[in-house]
Amino acid sequence: MSIKIEQHVYDVLILGAGGAGLNAAQVASQYAKTAVISEVYPTRSHTISAQGGISAALGNYEEDHWHWHMYDTVKGGDYLGDQDACEYITKNAPQMIIELEHIGMPFNRTPQGKIAQRPFGGHTSNYGKQPVKRACYVADRTGHALLQTLFEKSVSQGTQFFSEFYALEIVVNPDGEVCGVFCLDIKNGSLHLFHTKSLVLATGGNCRIFATTSNAHINTGDGVAMAMRAGFSWSDPEFFQFHPTGIYGHGNLITEAVRGEGGYLINGEGTRFMETYAPTIKDLAPRDIVSRCIGKEIVEGRGVGPNKDYVLLRIDHIGADEIMEKLPGIHELALIFSGVDCTKEPIPVVPTAHYQNGGIPTNYCGDVIKGSNGKYDVVPGLYAVGECAASVHGANRLGTNSLLDLVVFGRTAGERAAKYAQTSALAKLPDEAGKAGLEKLNRYANANGNVRFNDIYQKLIDTMQLNMSVFRTEELMKKALTDVERFEEMLKDYKVDDRSTVYNLDLIEALELDNMILVAKTATVAALARKESRGGHFRDDYPDRDDKEYLKHSEASLAPDGSISVDYRPVRLKPLTVDTFPPKARVY
Amino acid sequence: METVELKIFRYDPDKDEKPYFKSYEVEIRRPGMLLLAALNQIKWEIDPTLSFRRSCREGVCGSDGLNVNGVNLLSCLTKISCLNSKRIVIQPLPGMPVIKDLVVDLEDFFAKFITVKPYLIRRSSTPDKEFIQTPEQRKHLDGLYECILCGCCSSSCPSYWYDKQYLGPNALLRAYRYLADSRDEGALERLPILNDRHGVWRCHTIYNCVKACPKELNPTKAIVGIRKMLLN
Ligand SMILES: Cc1cc2nc3c(=O)[nH]c(=O)nc-3n(C[C@H](O)[C@H](O)[C@H](O)COP(=O)(O)OP(=O)(O)OC[C@H]3O[C@@H](n4cnc5c(N)ncnc54)[C@H](O)[C@@H]3O)c2cc1C
Ligand code: SF4
Ligand code: SF4
Ligand code: FES
Repeated sequence: MSIKIEQHVYDVLILGAGGAGLNAAQVASQYAKTAVISEVYPTRSHTISAQGGISAALGNYEEDHWHWHMYDTVKGGDYLGDQDACEYITKNAPQMIIELEHIGMPFNRTPQGKIAQRPFGGHTSNYGKQPVKRACYVADRTGHALLQTLFEKSVSQGTQFFSEFYALEIVVNPDGEVCGVFCLDIKNGSLHLFHTKSLVLATGGNCRIFATTSNAHINTGDGVAMAMRAGFSWSDPEFFQFHPTGIYGHGNLITEAVRGEGGYLINGEGTRFMETYAPTIKDLAPRDIVSRCIGKEIVEGRGVGPNKDYVLLRIDHIGADEIMEKLPGIHELALIFSGVDCTKEPIPVVPTAHYQNGGIPTNYCGDVIKGSNGKYDVVPGLYAVGECAASVHGANRLGTNSLLDLVVFGRTAGERAAKYAQTSALAKLPDEAGKAGLEKLNRYANANGNVRFNDIYQKLIDTMQLNMSVFRTEELMKKALTDVERFEEMLKDYKVDDRSTVYNLDLIEALELDNMILVAKTATVAALARKESRGGHFRDDYPDRDDKEYLKHSEASLAPDGSISVDYRPVRLKPLTVDTFPPKARVY
Repeated sequence: METVELKIFRYDPDKDEKPYFKSYEVEIRRPGMLLLAALNQIKWEIDPTLSFRRSCREGVCGSDGLNVNGVNLLSCLTKISCLNSKRIVIQPLPGMPVIKDLVVDLEDFFAKFITVKPYLIRRSSTPDKEFIQTPEQRKHLDGLYECILCGCCSSSCPSYWYDKQYLGPNALLRAYRYLADSRDEGALERLPILNDRHGVWRCHTIYNCVKACPKELNPTKAIVGIRKMLLN
C-alpha cells in the first residue's frame, strides 16, 4: 500500500500554540507566511491554566527596577541561569507587558487605572531586601487572558492553524539543516509533511511524568523528546520545579498569588513555619525552598491530617470580598477538588510537580544552540521558546517568570524566524523525511502485544514521584532508572486496542507514553550525574551546592543505541551590559 | 466498592454504520469523584477504544464539554455524586457533527468566533504606557472575558441547531467582551456583523445557554447589551 503524505510549505512553522508559540506566531505572521501546529485547539494549550501573574518591573505601586528583577531571577535560579538571558528578559519585560495591554489583555487595574501588580515568591526590591509588587495579573486567570488575547491577535494577523495535528518527527537533512515537521492529523489519520525555512519549537512542559502534578494531560514532553531524537540536546533535564501548594490528593495548583495576597502556610501544630526558614520573605521564598520546608515539616512529623502528610494554606483572614475579587478561580478549585471553602477554612496542600526548568538550549535570543565539549553554536533557522526551552530559569524558575519568558522570547524568536526566512532558501528535504516518525506511528498503530497504556503509565508516575521528586538520593534515583528502563523494555510488547484512523486517543497516548519514558530516563540519568544540590535538584547525599564542580549546564543527548549521555556546558555568567552577579549563598 | 453505570454514545466512522450506546460499570474510588476520572477509568482500565477530549482537568481549557443526562457540562468539574443518578447517559455536545464517540467537530464553532472580530480594534493612536482603564471600566469585562470556549452554550441553543448560520451565544458573548472594553474602537466594524438575522436577532432569549455555561457566564445578557447598542 502506498502511503499518501500531504506536503505544505511555509516560511515560518511554529510547533505549539501555547503563549510562547502564539506570540511568536502573531509576530512572525506580520512579515512571513506562518503556520502553527498544535495537538489541541490553541486555546486548550496548557498556558490557559496559568493563574497568578506575569512579572515586570513597572513600579506601578512602589519603586522597582529591572536590575532588581534580574538579580532575583539569577539568585532564584541558584546561579544556573544564563545571565545574558536574565538581563534580556527582565529589561524587556515592561515593554512586553505594555504590548500585551495594548492588544487587549484585560489586566486588573490600580485605582489610577494602571496595570495592577501583586507580590510573588522570590521577587524583591533592592536586591533581596523585601517583597515587591511586580506580578501583573488578571485575577487568578492570567494565563487564560494571555493565551486568548494572543490567539485572537494571531487570528487577526492571518496566522494559519493546524489544530489537533500531532507532531511525530523534526526533520533534519544530512547536512544538519532543519527542514520541517512530520505530523498526524488526529481527526482523520492523514499524514502531513511541513517543509519550512524557520522552525520555532514551543511545545511546553513534561510534568505529567509525576503522580502529583499541576500539569495538563498533554504535558508529556513531546518536544524535548523529538528534539533529542533529531540530534539536539536537552539542557538541565534533572531540574524540575515542585510547586509548594498543590491540592492534597490531586496536585492541581493553588497559585503563589494566594501567598502574595497575604496567605501563609501552617503545620500540624498550627505554626507558621516559613517564618523560621526564611525570616526576611517568609512564605514568599522561592518555590524550591518552600517545597523542601514543607517536605521537612511532614518528614519530621509536623504534618496535618490522619497521616500527617500535608500542610495547610490559610487565606480566609483577608476576607471573602478580597478573595472573590482577586482569587475567584482558586475558590472554585478548592471547593471542587478538596471540598474546602477557602473564605472560611484553610486548604490542604502538598508540593506538586509543576515546571520543567531546563529545556532545549538556547542563546539569549531564543536561537537553539548545539555542540559538545563546551563549544556550542547556533543552529540556523531553529528556535526554541517557552517551557520547552532553556536559558533564564536555571535550577529554579521564579513564579510569573514563565509567562514573561513566553512573550519575551516568543516575540524575539518570531521576529528572528521571519527575518531568517526572508533571507534564506528552503533547505533540501531528505528522502527519508518523515520515515522515523512514520515507523514509530506504524509500530504503535499496529502494536498487538500484551502491555497497555495504564500498565506502564501508572507505574512510571509512581516511581518518578517516589524516587525523583523533592528529595533525592543515589539509591532512590537508581531505583527510578531501573524501573524506567524496565518500562522501556515493556514498550516492545505494547498493545493499542483502537484500530481506528479517526481520533484515536489510544494511539496518541501510546506515542506520548513513548516520549514520557525517554523524558523520565533522561532526567534521571542527568540527576544521577549531578552530585550536588542546587535549586530544584536536592540530594540528601550531597546536600550542598558545589560551584567548583557543577556551576555548569548538563546537556543530555540520545545515542543511536538508545542510551543517554551527559555532556556539560558552561553557564553564561556574563550579562549583556551590566556586571555579573557572582554566586553567593542563597538565603532569604 | 460502590459503582455507577455510564451509558456512553459510541461511534467510529471507520467501522460503525451508525452510533450506539455502550454501558460501563465504574467504581467510585473516592468521595466527590469527578466524571472525568470515571471516563479515564474506562479508557485506562476497561475499554481503551473510547475517545474523548480533555486536557487541563480543572475547568479552564474548555476541552471536555459533554451532554450528560441531557445537560451540557464539563466532565472535569462535575462530581458524579451531584448527578444523583445510578445510570449516567453521556453523549457528545448536541448540534455539532460527531467525529468519533464523544468528540465533535468544532470548526464551525471557532469560525463563528473569529467572524465577530474578537480582538481590540483601535483607530486613534496608542500611548507609550498602558491605556488608562479605571477599575470601574475594567469591571465591565467581568463575566465576559472568562469564557473558556467550551461550546456548552452554543450547543444547547435551539436557534443554533436550526439556523446553521446563527453566530450563537459564544461568539456574541465574545463580541460584547470587546464592545464593552473602554479601550476598543471597533463598534462600527463589529456591529454590522452582529446586526443580522443570523446575528443577535436570531436569539429568542430562551436562556438555555445561561443554564449550560459551566463558568456561570450570561451570554443572553451580552446579546441584550448588543441589541441595546444597535438600537441606540
Ligand atoms: C496550574 C499552573 C499555573 C501556572 N501559573 C503561572 C503563573 O501564574 N505565572 C507564570 O509565569 N507561569 C505560570 N505557570 C507556568 C506556565 O503557565 C507554563 O510554563 C507556560 O504556560 C508554558 O507555555 P508554553 O507556551 O511553553 O507551552 P504550553 O502552553 O504548554 O503549550 C504547548 C503547546 O505545544 C503543543 N504540542 C506539544 N506537543 C505537541 C506535539 N507532539 N504535536 C503538536 N503539538 C504539540 C501543544 O498542543 C500546545 O499548544 C503555571 C503553570 C501551571 C501548570
Ligand atoms: S438565549 Fe439566545 S443564544 Fe441563548 S440559548 Fe436562547 S436563543 Fe440561544
Ligand atoms: S460562554 Fe460559557 S458555555 Fe459558552 S463557550 Fe464560554 S464558557 Fe463555554
Ligand atoms: S479538561 Fe480542561 S476544561 Fe475540562
